[in-house]
Amino acid sequence: MATAHHDEHHPSGIMRWLTTTNHKDIGTLYLVFAFTMALVGGLMSLVIRSELWQPGLQVTDPHFFNQMATVHALVMIFGFVMPAFTGLANWMVPMMIGAPDMALPRLNNWSFWILPFAATLLMLSLFMPGGGPSGGWTIYPPLSVQGGIGTDFALLSIHMLGMSSILGSINIIATILNMRAPGMTLMKMPMFCWGWLITAFLLIASMPVLAGAVTMLITDRHFGTHFFDAAGGGDPVLFQHVFWFFGHPEVYILVLPAFGVFSQIIPTFARKPLFGYVSMVYATATIAFLSFIVWAHHMYTVGMPMGGELFFMYATMLIAVPTGVKIFNWVSTMWRGSMTFETPMLWAIGGVFIFAIGGFSGLMLAITPADFQYHDTYFVVAHFHYVIIGGSVFALFGAVTYWLPKWTGHMYNETLGKWHFWLTMIGFNLTFFPQHFLGLAGMPRRIPDYALQFTEFNQWSTVGAFLTIGAQLIFFYYAIQSMKGGVKATDKVWEGSEGLEWTLPSPPPYHSFTVAPKVK
Amino acid sequence: MSMTHLKQFTGMMSRSLLGLSLWLVSGSVFAEYGLNFQKPVTSIGHRVLELHNLILLICVVIFIVVFGVMFYSIYAHRKSKGYKAAKFHDNAKLEVVWTVIPFAILVSMAIPSTATLIEMDDVSKSDLTVKITGYQWKWKYDYPDQDVSFFSTLATPRDQIENKTAKGKDYLLEVDNPVVLPVGKKVRFVVTANDVIHAWWVPALGVKKDAIPGFVNEMWARVDEPGIYRGQCAELCGKDHGYMPIVVQAVSQEEFDKWAALQKDKAAAAEASAGKTWSKDELMEKGKKVYASTCAACHGANGEGVGPFPKMTGSKIATGPVAGHLNIVMKGKTGTAMQAFAGQLNDADIAAVVTFERNSFGNKTGDVVQPSQVKAAR
Ligand SMILES: [Cu+2]
Repeated sequence: MATAHHDEHHPSGIMRWLTTTNHKDIGTLYLVFAFTMALVGGLMSLVIRSELWQPGLQVTDPHFFNQMATVHALVMIFGFVMPAFTGLANWMVPMMIGAPDMALPRLNNWSFWILPFAATLLMLSLFMPGGGPSGGWTIYPPLSVQGGIGTDFALLSIHMLGMSSILGSINIIATILNMRAPGMTLMKMPMFCWGWLITAFLLIASMPVLAGAVTMLITDRHFGTHFFDAAGGGDPVLFQHVFWFFGHPEVYILVLPAFGVFSQIIPTFARKPLFGYVSMVYATATIAFLSFIVWAHHMYTVGMPMGGELFFMYATMLIAVPTGVKIFNWVSTMWRGSMTFETPMLWAIGGVFIFAIGGFSGLMLAITPADFQYHDTYFVVAHFHYVIIGGSVFALFGAVTYWLPKWTGHMYNETLGKWHFWLTMIGFNLTFFPQHFLGLAGMPRRIPDYALQFTEFNQWSTVGAFLTIGAQLIFFYYAIQSMKGGVKATDKVWEGSEGLEWTLPSPPPYHSFTVAPKVK
Repeated sequence: MSMTHLKQFTGMMSRSLLGLSLWLVSGSVFAEYGLNFQKPVTSIGHRVLELHNLILLICVVIFIVVFGVMFYSIYAHRKSKGYKAAKFHDNAKLEVVWTVIPFAILVSMAIPSTATLIEMDDVSKSDLTVKITGYQWKWKYDYPDQDVSFFSTLATPRDQIENKTAKGKDYLLEVDNPVVLPVGKKVRFVVTANDVIHAWWVPALGVKKDAIPGFVNEMWARVDEPGIYRGQCAELCGKDHGYMPIVVQAVSQEEFDKWAALQKDKAAAAEASAGKTWSKDELMEKGKKVYASTCAACHGANGEGVGPFPKMTGSKIATGPVAGHLNIVMKGKTGTAMQAFAGQLNDADIAAVVTFERNSFGNKTGDVVQPSQVKAAR
């Protein structure tokens, strides 16, 4: 593949990054931004875990603790996981479907550059009089109506982050639907692209709903409306319905691209085609559809009519079927393969394993009468960290190690990669597994201080958190090392790799496919 | 799957199941170490625990089977052992089977869940009603039939929270006035809130419901054994969300009746004393207590203010006209955590705390506010 001659016609230095419309540059920007935010959110989690090291108040006061819990969640969801996967999509979708770039390059630039401003706004909120948002990332009114100007900063930031995701999604849909190489039918498309195509539709359908809820909250706070104020004829529960109509699809926005990553990595290292490709596609679509009709399982305790609770219980339980299909398919892909366990494969297997635990606790949470006990306890905290870290973050590290040699042209240090994986795996489980027990035994979430019987497991959890965050330094080290140099990567990188991205040189040319490749 | 694989696999499975059953037998031991639910003391609590154990068991079994297969594959099908990859990439029959079987398992879980939910939902034929109201950051309990009403606030001393003294056994799970319930009676709880959303939860009772301002939720419980059961607010409700515990004291009907009568007498006595003229010392002493339980959470134990909440020392309100001070204490400030305390505190409490605030923390107005002034301001 020849490098196109007009490659060098872009500005250099800071202007290159500010004005770039290149999918790889923008993908890099997204990833750098995301991992920076992960560091910020990770430090906040250490503030939380330090306070929870023992009963009593030692490190923070309750008000600041609540701000940390709130901003940690917003940063990790909107600042880390979502942009990171958009970064992966930017890098990989054009290369996987045989396109030169994304369909809408200028929009691409804009959708990224909204992010740093939104993040700055969110961080500044912590320095406002009265502090940052402290009512939880779910910003339930009336509590969120009480917050100071910091809450407004956060609300505006959520608006901007949402806008960025919508623009990014439009671009991904336009790219996948219009830019595939001849012969690349939808049903031949790599699962990562399928995961993202469906995710992009979820984003477009759910983000505006969040924007609506946030806007109503802003007008309730400042313009005398009473959408969520019972005293003025409004309904505080309405907010929760609207919020979770966004919030539940959001969970799948975070994990469907991750499922796509697992479906790329596992066949590569099992040296065997993905089992049940067609059922994978349908299972993904079914999960996406179901994700829109289960939202109220986040709010069983608000006092819904029994008919409603039964409906949401049954619908939620149904999600276990397509999710199960995916897990069975991954296991079957591995079955009688010829497996090796390079770092990306470790992340994929570890991710499926962790995610499955989160899936099972999710099924338990779906059972309404049992949920009355689990709801708003550490059991829920354990559950969603298993889902989001196992599903999304493990997949993210898997994806980065899988494609890093392609991006940089250099192999990363495999030994460090494995250390990073194992320390994270141990640290993660040490942090979050005991939280299941804490929740079952009766520890509510979002408290800065707790009764004495919860001390021991909280200490395990705190040790685990420091180990997990500390282990990430290894990642930054070997990722940067691979950017600087090292063993040259081949075009194919992995023995079992299949797909168009591996036909390009490592690193690939600035404009990925200037001549559409032939797809068999 | 070849025959030898199958044998190896079933052998491994039976060993895992053995381990699992051992784990389940020792379940009761685990309970003491806080690995599972607190011991339930209501019929609903028992039903929910059984349901929880059932779905947990199903999940653990499926998990072991699926990941047993995966780990066997990881063990056996590796390149380093010279294993050659097979070529298959789908199997329609298998795919139908693993869609249908999970569905059937889900149905088997849904049936007992539905039955339990129906039972929990039936609040009819109750013997007693208790109205629960969440406040930032305390609970109010009303017994309309007994004409009893009181607030319940955290009893753990501030010094324990700030690590100045050793923490007691029931640290953060103790209150000044517990909810008293008669055993063996179906109690209907009516749950609401005054300011933001809270959630009333006592794990041993097996019930949790959000307390939502402007809405009324219902739930019920019949406590089987006398005893003290502790819980906490479960829905984030602001700064002191972690400091609004719930203590339920279950007693015999006889003791309950005695307790209810005593509460009424106490309320009557408080009412009577409000009419008299109080000395400044009396007001200051009472005001100090009211301040500690009601105001200190936000305005600071020494009137220094906490985070966004204003300090008392030199405050324009606490050193300005008495009428303005009374007004904000009684009517609150909308859109903030400052509530209308007229509905929560009696005349003597308000008079005392306003007097206290005007003559403490460096404030020296010398004003003495009498309960009669508060009454007139209502
Ligand atoms: Cu509360």
